[in-house]
Amino acid sequence: MFWTSYFLALLAVLLAWPVPILLSRARWPARSPFPAMVLWQAVALAGGLSMIGAMLVYGLEPLGDNLVSGLRGLARILFSNGSVDRLGFWHVFALSTAALLAAHLLFTLLVTYVRIQRQRFRHRELLHLLSSPDIERPGTVVINHPTPVAYCLPGGARSVTVLSDGLMDLLEPAELRAVLVHENAHLEQRHHLLLWAFAAWRSALPWLPTSRLAQRSVSSLIEMLADDVALKEVDEATLIKAIMIVASGNPADDPAGAAGEGALAEPAADSVAVAGRLSRLVEPQPPLENARRGLILAAAGLLLAAPTAVLVVPGLLG
Amino acid sequence: MASLGELERAVMDLLWETQEAVTANTLRDLLAQRPSQGEEAKELAVTTVLTVLSRLEKKGLVERERGIRPHRYQAVTSRAEHTAELMHEVLGTATDREAVLARFIGSVSDGEAATLRKLLGRD
Repeated sequence: MFWTSYFLALLAVLLAWPVPILLSRARWPARSPFPAMVLWQAVALAGGLSMIGAMLVYGLEPLGDNLVSGLRGLARILFSNGSVDRLGFWHVFALSTAALLAAHLLFTLLVTYVRIQRQRFRHRELLHLLSSPDIERPGTVVINHPTPVAYCLPGGARSVTVLSDGLMDLLEPAELRAVLVHENAHLEQRHHLLLWAFAAWRSALPWLPTSRLAQRSVSSLIEMLADDVALKEVDEATLIKAIMIVASGNPADDPAGAAGEGALAEPAADSVAVAGRLSRLVEPQPPLENARRGLILAAAGLLLAAPTAVLVVPGLLG
Repeated sequence: MASLGELERAVMDLLWETQEAVTANTLRDLLAQRPSQGEEAKELAVTTVLTVLSRLEKKGLVERERGIRPHRYQAVTSRAEHTAELMHEVLGTATDREAVLARFIGSVSDGEAATLRKLLGRD
């Protein structure tokens, strides 16, 4: 039990700090965004699990040899008025922190979900009044605005892709197709669920700088994944041109955004993402070899399995 | 008959076009005159129009002049302003936006936009 909590604490520290930093600096994710995405999810999940697990195991140490017997002992104390004497101050502290952290993470996930859904609902409502359906393309609406903009608003069966007049005027048919396939890939691969989870992770742990790093990396990876889907229908040159045209018509000079505090840092991050997307299209690199991709996916699986096994297996064996 | 959502859209289109306060009766007549509507639209009851108007009022899109009867309704802001508000949500840099919708391209700096335009031969 004792060593388990040390192992989990070490894992939590590694996954909270050096691992995300190394992963965000690595160059291979641009070559194979999918395994990179899986690895980010494993890092975040295993990080949270080992953070909570380390404190739980430490706190339960006096009550049993493993998680199961420890939890049983805790239940006796909580529900059957068992004696608390065996627990020292730090054990109670660790248990309370584990419970609070778990509740905090789940609650933030829920709150973020509700907030996103509410914003999407309101957005969809206004959009319905202001846009007109595109007759040629189902699930697509056109909004009357000169800025070249394309985006998709996820919402199950009500998912919609929005194009502006400005965009349709600027793009050739093939470029427009690249944009539509790209947006549709976001919807089909359910990227909004990833964005939700990592947005929640970031708002739950704002003091952890790597939570922002994770969100940035994940947003840029989903763009690469969607670009790769678009490349199945159009060539690189067409997609590059579409990205350049839309980006050049989107300077970050909207007055309200620039006036807001801290807004200045965000466009820079966007720019970095755009540059990363363009460079992997301009100079395409071969995807990682199958063996290395397998290795990365196995590492992701191991990351999730390790804390789970350390927590659960001794209880099952005992 | 057309869904409430469709009617909301038609009513807002009319209010944005006329740019003045009108009564529910006038709106009903205007709706019936619209070329795209079939026979069903002509049978539209004033109460239906009032339902649509009160829904729009709750959403903060329509306001009514109280005092005189029948009440007159008008759009709170113009179509262009609503579009600008919507686009601000899309183009804005709030972190929330990242999770709400997925944009094809995020904003780039002025300088980078200029460089891109030069590369494209548009400047």
